[in-house]
Amino acid sequence: MDGRTPVEDWAIDFDHFDSQWTNNPYPIWDDLRNRCPVATSQRFEDGAYFPTRYDDVREIAYDSEHFSSRRVIVREHKLPLMPGPPITSDPPEHTPARKLLLPAFAPKQIAKLEERTRAICRSLLDAIGDVAECDGAVDYAQHIPVRVIAHMLGVPEDDGDRFRKWIQQVLIEGVRDPAAAMQAVGEMNVYFNAQIELRRANPGDDLISYLLAAEFDGNALSEAHILGTLRLILIAGIDTTWSGIGASLWHLAAHAEDRARLVAEPGLLPTAIEEFLRAYSPVTMAREVVKETALGGCPFKPGGQVLLSFPAANRDPAKFADADRVLIDRAENPHAAFGLGRHRCLGSNLARLEMTIAMEEWLARFPDFTVTQGKQTTWSEGTVRGPRRLPITIKR
Amino acid sequence: MSDAKAMHVSIAADRCQGHNRCCLVAPELFESDDEGHANVRGDGVVPAGLEQKARLALANCPEHAVRLTGV
Repeated sequence: MDGRTPVEDWAIDFDHFDSQWTNNPYPIWDDLRNRCPVATSQRFEDGAYFPTRYDDVREIAYDSEHFSSRRVIVREHKLPLMPGPPITSDPPEHTPARKLLLPAFAPKQIAKLEERTRAICRSLLDAIGDVAECDGAVDYAQHIPVRVIAHMLGVPEDDGDRFRKWIQQVLIEGVRDPAAAMQAVGEMNVYFNAQIELRRANPGDDLISYLLAAEFDGNALSEAHILGTLRLILIAGIDTTWSGIGASLWHLAAHAEDRARLVAEPGLLPTAIEEFLRAYSPVTMAREVVKETALGGCPFKPGGQVLLSFPAANRDPAKFADADRVLIDRAENPHAAFGLGRHRCLGSNLARLEMTIAMEEWLARFPDFTVTQGKQTTWSEGTVRGPRRLPITIKR
Repeated sequence: MSDAKAMHVSIAADRCQGHNRCCLVAPELFESDDEGHANVRGDGVVPAGLEQKARLALANCPEHAVRLTGV
């Protein structure tokens, strides 16, 4: 983000929007893990904490008594609480709100999307055609989750530009500018209300219709619950997977030996995908401290925002051997890319399906490619990390 | 007698959060239910030749929900 005050000491003034973090956060996290495993910052309202060790991240993820999920994005200015159940829910409300959605995202249901996902990937590869250079993020990765989510929700796939704009406003601009986030929320509500009206008149087999028919404690869901859940599905299901696909593509473009091995041994791809999820975990969550406690020698004060970095946990050498190396055949890999505990990413099966099919189809079409010399790969800022520009040269 | 020594898998249902890793590395031993949580197939006795897959299921579970006995 432009106009940030440069960071002098990451331990007491961290900033996950600093360009150094955006471009290559891993050395920052390794340094902090060694000398100050819980970093702090006053750049964010009521102060922010950044634990870097796997064990501390795990403990916080499991501890809803001290750490609430009601704020899941670290912001400079806190927004009014806006429930997006179940991600913003704490016990006891969390369990029923989650149970409601689990069947729609279970492996059996998600497997039905394979054919559609494959068709989406193939049409994007067809559009790339026989050019020598393309952008793996702009021309490929960003479109796949947008189209899959649009398909699940039963909304037009062509609405992808608006979806991406809302995500940019909520997750990036909105960190500094509450008005941008609130504007996106308002527009999403208008958009989904119109879709809800269409479904009430004419229900389909999409997720919006599913939520309209669902019951919570014997009653239909409130409008606020439905809108909150729909905003969540839209925001959580798009730039996250786009980032996961992009980072996987970037790794293979930059590592010829891994690319050649996956082309020769396609059966290794699922193992490689788990390693890309570990090493390039896209998603950082947040918690709000609601009861004073201490962890890793650091006091946590109520009101403080916790940057809950599953990406940093996944790079902890105390948990993963050769944590800083990307080993596409890593057999033992209990990574936390989809979180830990009760808030395990609801869409994890969908993300894994999309990433696997996206890479399978790409490698089948373009087995030999590199990052384009002299052109820069750029990475997204803040809460979700992945390539946003990924110039690729395709060898024929 | 051999049964007592056989490797046996189980899932701690209170720990499983539905990461689905065990079902992916050892589909012969685990399956996911309608909510995406893992269940052991059959009686949990690990057939000969699947011991390594059982160990991998344990090693890849982020929630320590996979249990292994008779190792």
